[in-house]
Amino acid sequence: MRVGLFIPCYIDAFFPAVGIATLELLERLGVDVIYPLDQTCCGQLMANSGSQKDAAGAEALFVENFKDFDHIVTPSGSCAYHVRDHLDAIPQTPKAQKVRSNTYELVEFLHDVLRVEAFPWAEFPHKVGLHNSCSTLRKLRTAKASEIDEPFFSKPLDLLSKVRGIQFVTPSRPDECCGFGGTFSIFEEPVSAKMGYDKVADHHAAGAEYIVSADMSCLMHQKGCAERVGLDIRFIHIAQILNGDRA
Amino acid sequence: MTSRDTILAAVRASQPTPVPPLPEIPLFEMSSRPLLEEFREALLRMGGKFAERPNGDDPDRFIRSLFPQAQVICSATPEIIGTRALSGESDPADLADVDVGIVRAAFGVAETGSIWLSEAELQVNALAYLAQHLIALLDPGDIVGNLHHAYRDSRFKTARYAVLVTGPSATADIEGVLIHGAQGVRSLTVLLVPRPAKPRATV
Amino acid sequence: MKRIDHAEAASEFIAAKAHQEFHDRRLWDLRLKRDREARGIPEWEELRTLASQIKEHTLSRLSDYLEEFEARAKENSAHVHWARDAAEHNQIVYEILSMRRVKTLVKSKSMLTEECDMRPFLERRDIEVIETDLGERIQQLDDEPPSHIVVPAVHKLRGDVSTVFARTIGAEPGNDDVHYLAETQRRTTRPYFLRAEAGMTGANFAVAETGSFVVCTNEGNADLSANVPKLHIASIGIEKIIPRTEHLGVFIRLLSRSALGSPITQYTSHFRAPRDGGELHIVLVDNGRSERLGMRDFWYSLKCIRCGACMNTCPVYRRSGGLSYGATYSGPIGIIIDPTFNIRKYSNLPFASTLNASCTNVCPVKINIHEQIYKWRQIIAERNQLPFVKKEMMRVAGKVLADPRLYRAAISAAGLAIEHLPRFAIYNWLNPWGRQREIPEAPGQTFRSWYIERRSRP
Repeated sequence: MRVGLFIPCYIDAFFPAVGIATLELLERLGVDVIYPLDQTCCGQLMANSGSQKDAAGAEALFVENFKDFDHIVTPSGSCAYHVRDHLDAIPQTPKAQKVRSNTYELVEFLHDVLRVEAFPWAEFPHKVGLHNSCSTLRKLRTAKASEIDEPFFSKPLDLLSKVRGIQFVTPSRPDECCGFGGTFSIFEEPVSAKMGYDKVADHHAAGAEYIVSADMSCLMHQKGCAERVGLDIRFIHIAQILNGDRA
Repeated sequence: MTSRDTILAAVRASQPTPVPPLPEIPLFEMSSRPLLEEFREALLRMGGKFAERPNGDDPDRFIRSLFPQAQVICSATPEIIGTRALSGESDPADLADVDVGIVRAAFGVAETGSIWLSEAELQVNALAYLAQHLIALLDPGDIVGNLHHAYRDSRFKTARYAVLVTGPSATADIEGVLIHGAQGVRSLTVLLVPRPAKPRATV
Repeated sequence: MKRIDHAEAASEFIAAKAHQEFHDRRLWDLRLKRDREARGIPEWEELRTLASQIKEHTLSRLSDYLEEFEARAKENSAHVHWARDAAEHNQIVYEILSMRRVKTLVKSKSMLTEECDMRPFLERRDIEVIETDLGERIQQLDDEPPSHIVVPAVHKLRGDVSTVFARTIGAEPGNDDVHYLAETQRRTTRPYFLRAEAGMTGANFAVAETGSFVVCTNEGNADLSANVPKLHIASIGIEKIIPRTEHLGVFIRLLSRSALGSPITQYTSHFRAPRDGGELHIVLVDNGRSERLGMRDFWYSLKCIRCGACMNTCPVYRRSGGLSYGATYSGPIGIIIDPTFNIRKYSNLPFASTLNASCTNVCPVKINIHEQIYKWRQIIAERNQLPFVKKEMMRVAGKVLADPRLYRAAISAAGLAIEHLPRFAIYNWLNPWGRQREIPEAPGQTFRSWYIERRSRP
């Protein structure tokens, strides 16, 4: 299987290890991974600010870069959601529609398309708090949201449960938003920071040594908060654990 | 053009199309537990009290035993005499000093522990709010399952004023602390008494 | 008209640590109670769907249902008035009151009357208006608007209430026992119920089939306001109409469970006709609702039954308080309604959100709140209402991210900056991120350069 890999700008720039882990993991699972070199961004930064005009260029470039793939995979829930549900600052040509419907967030892809049964190379003997970003939880619906009265399900938990040695702890507010929210983190900084502090404190109080998530943007924000107050807790992307990182 | 015409015209022009259908509302039958049991549990949870007088006990006397300090007892039902007569012509404000008001509920709702009252049961609507305490007689056979059942009662269409009363007046507006007797009655007691076959003769 | 600065108000709210932490805990507790109730009803999600469908149908035929409601209400001997806007509403209410020489009006909680700013209007015309709901009374005495549509004084602690009551209604200074404070309000409000010549309520629902309307309270203050004085006035937004009595089963089962996590309010009161010797006036109010009905992306907001569940679940609302939105309607529902009242003044509100969508999930009538917030952002950007800094930031970002070479240059510059600039140059007033957070470290290389090195095919 051939997959186009989309690495969001902030992972490319600040957390390349997450991109590397994603690529290596997919290759271990027998996938032929191509990373189009001229990719930049999915456009959500501008689109979430209402600036469709300013988002159009990045969105058009995204479609151009990924038009030849039947599967496009990204280790970012918010980007996958934006492409699937909102990439509409550009004309909805057959090419654009194809790219949109072929885009998967990593957990979705592993769970629903590859249906991975085991990660024999993975071991993570630590106490872990799972942070489901609002994009993966309520938009892409990769796990049950606490507000909805429905049977429990969790794709990230299904995958992580296959990792040797991993122990899960549950914070008191498992799916309250952590406060990143894109430019919200800049323009509503007081509330954003408070939400971030509350989130990391909650996981810490539950005994988490690590917080794991499918969204590095949330983790970047939480890490920033935790480091500022000197909280002893670490952050890791789900791709890294599934790829066999030990710490 | 009157305001009415202006508003209706604006609404007509803006109404979304097409018109989605009106759904059918199922009755959502409740659990198989006895209705009285559900009712009692729900009532207590909402802060109401539940009483059954010992067999043969005179209802008037039983009520006075519940409120021994009460001076003014006003009954809207002929089954209970009380200390002050009440008629539909009474001025609501005259009820300001009533300690205990007594009514017979038309029916109860097991889902919520509510009782239904209208002007027919209240004589003076304000009785259920100005009295310090309210006692509602309820025939256990008059308990329906859930609110869907309740809202099929035709009396909703004929009563001028109808209220589902669930427990006493309450508020938690200050720091979430629960208070009973916010503006209305400080307590609501539902007293199980079967409906009389015919009105009790007055003395 | 000055833009509401939510972030600044939020910052002050957060700084009042004890208040903010209580506020957050209290409302989160209501959210948890809602969850418990929802889990206890197997048909909960089905009820939400039914409620949404009933509302969407009704709003699509609203003119017919309004006419039906009016016809039935008139047959019931109620007077029906129509108000195009807030000013007309206030004038109608005033004329009814002055015709009956009303000097004192007792009222129960009504967001619509807040929206119309009715109280000052009547007070300027020598009519005393007494808020009877405990939370509303606290706010009235403190000369502050309500902060939450269901629990108006949730942002206050008992000490604050004690101070207000001592200053205004003769409560014992320093006595902050909650039972004492509630009893004081009860004792001092009673005389108003007894002497007021008129009572006013809002309505949660208005039933077209019978011309009745429903008012839900826990205190019973609406029932006192309506059943003691001879004159009862009800202000009802035109979107409150539902077709039939049986539909109340769906809405009443959802309302209090969503709002407070209790199966029903202590009093669910149905008014169809005036009592003997009494008078009933209904004022149907538009005030922008018919206009909103015509907005393809936003008319769903008219389904709202004013339960406040969206506020309780909103992590931003809980940490900033309702007053920080500077509008009658705050929280998620406020964000999508307020721009219709004044797009410039409220242009920041749709950005007081992380788009986390929890509000949408708890809404009993399934309003797609987070999607409307997203759409409002587009309108605000199109109407040139974005603040200059943000507008510029997006313009520049849009250019850079549309061009692979510009993008690579920017990333490399950012990496160099983080790696080489001293701390004070990075963490200063120009960098809001850095106020309360560390910024990420600069890695050795980007993903792209790693890929070229290790994986690129010739």
